[in-house]
Amino acid sequence: MATQLVKGNHAVIIGAIYAGCDAYFGYPITPASEILQDASEKFPQLGRRFVQAESEEAAANMLYGAACAGHRAMTASSGPGISLKQEAISFMAAADLPVVIVNVQRAGPGLGNIGPEQGDYNQVVKGGGHGNYKCLVLAPGSVQEMCDMTIKAFDLADKYLGPVYILTDGMLGQMVEPLRFPETAITPKIDTSWAVCGTAETSGNFVSSIELDFDVLEQRNIRLQKKYESMAVEADWEEYQIDGADVVVVAYGATSRIAKSCVDTARKEGIKTGMIRLKTLFPFPAEPLKKIAAGANKPAFVAAEMSNGQMIDDVRLAIECSRPVVLANRMGGNIITDDEILKGIRAAAQQVGK
Amino acid sequence: MAATLTKPESINAVFTRKAGAAPTATHYCPGCGHGIIHKLIGQAMDELGIRDRSIMISPVGCAVFAYYYFNCGNVQTAHGRAPAVATGLSRCRDNAVVISYQGDGDLASIGLNETLQAANRGEKIAVFFVNNTVYGMTGGQMAPTTLAGEVTATTPCGRDPREAGYPIHMCELINELKAPVFIERVAISDIAHIRKAKKAIHKALEIQRDGKGYAFVELLSNCPTNLRQNTKASIDFVNGDMSDEFKVQNFRDRSAEVEPYHRADRVWDKAAIDALFELDTKAAPDAPVNPDFTPVGVRIAGFGGQGVLSMGLIIANAAIQAQRMTSWYPSYGPEQRGGTANCSVQISGVEIGSPVVTEPDILVALNRPSLEKFVGAVKQGGYILYDDRIEGVDFPSGVRVLAVPAVRLAVEAGSEKAANTIMLGVISALDNTGVGRDFYLRAMEENFTDKPKLIELNRKAFQLAEEWARANK
Repeated sequence: MATQLVKGNHAVIIGAIYAGCDAYFGYPITPASEILQDASEKFPQLGRRFVQAESEEAAANMLYGAACAGHRAMTASSGPGISLKQEAISFMAAADLPVVIVNVQRAGPGLGNIGPEQGDYNQVVKGGGHGNYKCLVLAPGSVQEMCDMTIKAFDLADKYLGPVYILTDGMLGQMVEPLRFPETAITPKIDTSWAVCGTAETSGNFVSSIELDFDVLEQRNIRLQKKYESMAVEADWEEYQIDGADVVVVAYGATSRIAKSCVDTARKEGIKTGMIRLKTLFPFPAEPLKKIAAGANKPAFVAAEMSNGQMIDDVRLAIECSRPVVLANRMGGNIITDDEILKGIRAAAQQVGK
Repeated sequence: MAATLTKPESINAVFTRKAGAAPTATHYCPGCGHGIIHKLIGQAMDELGIRDRSIMISPVGCAVFAYYYFNCGNVQTAHGRAPAVATGLSRCRDNAVVISYQGDGDLASIGLNETLQAANRGEKIAVFFVNNTVYGMTGGQMAPTTLAGEVTATTPCGRDPREAGYPIHMCELINELKAPVFIERVAISDIAHIRKAKKAIHKALEIQRDGKGYAFVELLSNCPTNLRQNTKASIDFVNGDMSDEFKVQNFRDRSAEVEPYHRADRVWDKAAIDALFELDTKAAPDAPVNPDFTPVGVRIAGFGGQGVLSMGLIIANAAIQAQRMTSWYPSYGPEQRGGTANCSVQISGVEIGSPVVTEPDILVALNRPSLEKFVGAVKQGGYILYDDRIEGVDFPSGVRVLAVPAVRLAVEAGSEKAANTIMLGVISALDNTGVGRDFYLRAMEENFTDKPKLIELNRKAFQLAEEWARANK
């Protein structure tokens, strides 16, 4: 097992290469550009395909093309670029195409700035483009997970036949940490039962999102919703100091790293605090939150996020508004600090009389 | 000998994907040109024996249902994006014959960028561009190719070039690019024109069969329905006004001189991938958890170009080799360019939370703005290392301040640029980071692996810094 100091964005491409990703299509944007640059350097050395596209839309549609052929393909961008890709992402969700999309979130809205933020939660977790679709969303919390979750994303994309997001942020993308390299390299298999490969075997296949008949399209929609329901088993989270906690912090990505140290500090202050780190955002890990909310301790919750209160809605839904939820947040490219999260923890503790 | 007319194998006999009562009738309007063009493509696919290899792309427009008719792999795509989708398909399937069948609104308006860029990259695709000067599927609106004065649903008084511009000439635009192998404009308005169109289509697909590159065929076609013309008038329009505006001609045929281009085979082998990342030589040990270790946060700041970020990486590399947990986090983007740059390095015995060092144990400031920005943040009992040429900055009480002659010593070592190495040597000599001297020295030397000439200079800088630190700390 080899360890190297690696930047988060580089770890994505390392994961992709070991996962058997065959094609990368992208467009430059800070703070995601290292992913594109790494792909441009590494992919051709392994005979894998790389195109710097003319636009985010084109990159996403090249991805559509590669996925139509059943190849493992990916793209990466940041908020404004993801907005542009949404057209193709809706088409890929509709056409059951397995692809991986990385969003290294920056601060918005509009052009905003290139500092880290988590303001794309809604556009990524709730679908994002037009129509009744969702994408599986993984939320890494370290450079290691940037790599590991990229590998997992390709497996999940193949398993559920649809786009899978890695929702990360400028902090995780830009930071350097030790990375244990993957121990296996996957040789991808093309599913010729549906892929259009330009071969005799696949010449009867057809990939499309168009369906003129209202009833047939409704059935397709219903099938998609069933698929999303079946993803519930993929819900993934990490519990930290949950037993007996009066305050439970819910966080993902960059925020969760800072929140974790706040849990320790709060405990030293005498507030029994725990944390749920979300590793998937869709499916949202509602069950553990529901269980904790209904538990004997009756805790209050803190939704810690670097956005305007987007994730907090899912926390409230998960616990059916049964317990108080305090928002601790920063926006605009400011990384949330211990002070802000601790303030949230103290406010939450007060609400449950602790 | 008279030829027998037969249906091409590459066109379906029954259109099963098209629901409804007439499974052998197309969805196209009477008199529409698409049927002729489909047949010509199908015939060429048969003649070239490429049906199995072919992937037909149908984007939005009247030809969105091309997949009803073509007996080959089919992909339906978003409006205007067919050349991008074709790029993805063609790159992954080197042997495939990828066909992009597009109308004028799709290709020359919403998809103009994709069209030109795919042509400019010389993608191995055949683009069949059906130009009938009008949007069909959406009900007869102005297309980019609508003629000046032509009446459409959105130019009810005729296209006024002062408001709506002039018709776009796609062949001429694409002919400005170097990569395309074949460019021709043809018409399908009568038998003589159809014969020429057939040859052009055949050539474009032959180029794909041989893997030679990009081929573009523009087909002037008629749309009796949306242009409110009877069949004869629609044909006269193509042969008259349209052909006056869009000259039927071959623009380019380099198929004889162009060599086939085949893309490389993929490598999946783990050993080859490991080698790519130099795992055999560039590997660090794992860091054991050690809660007793007092964590150290270092913030380094200065002008872009002073080696601030690389100094941070050297510290992180030294720390990982010393089996400490570590992280490095830079300021990034515009800040790096011309202005100030800074980075954070955490050294710890336990899992690191935020990689941002908000209260540094050690602040290294190589210029005044950086010193002023971070001087107030340094932890009580922490160190401030700043270049001694910066004067007149107030320091808080309770911190240890070292005015390091970083630039002066660097110059003595041989280059002003080694000021960061001077600071590194001082940090090493402070001996309070839990990372030993040898680790720093080795990490510094590894940093210059690609520039071996600089190793000796920086080694000297490191030593000068240590001597200075012993005398002054």
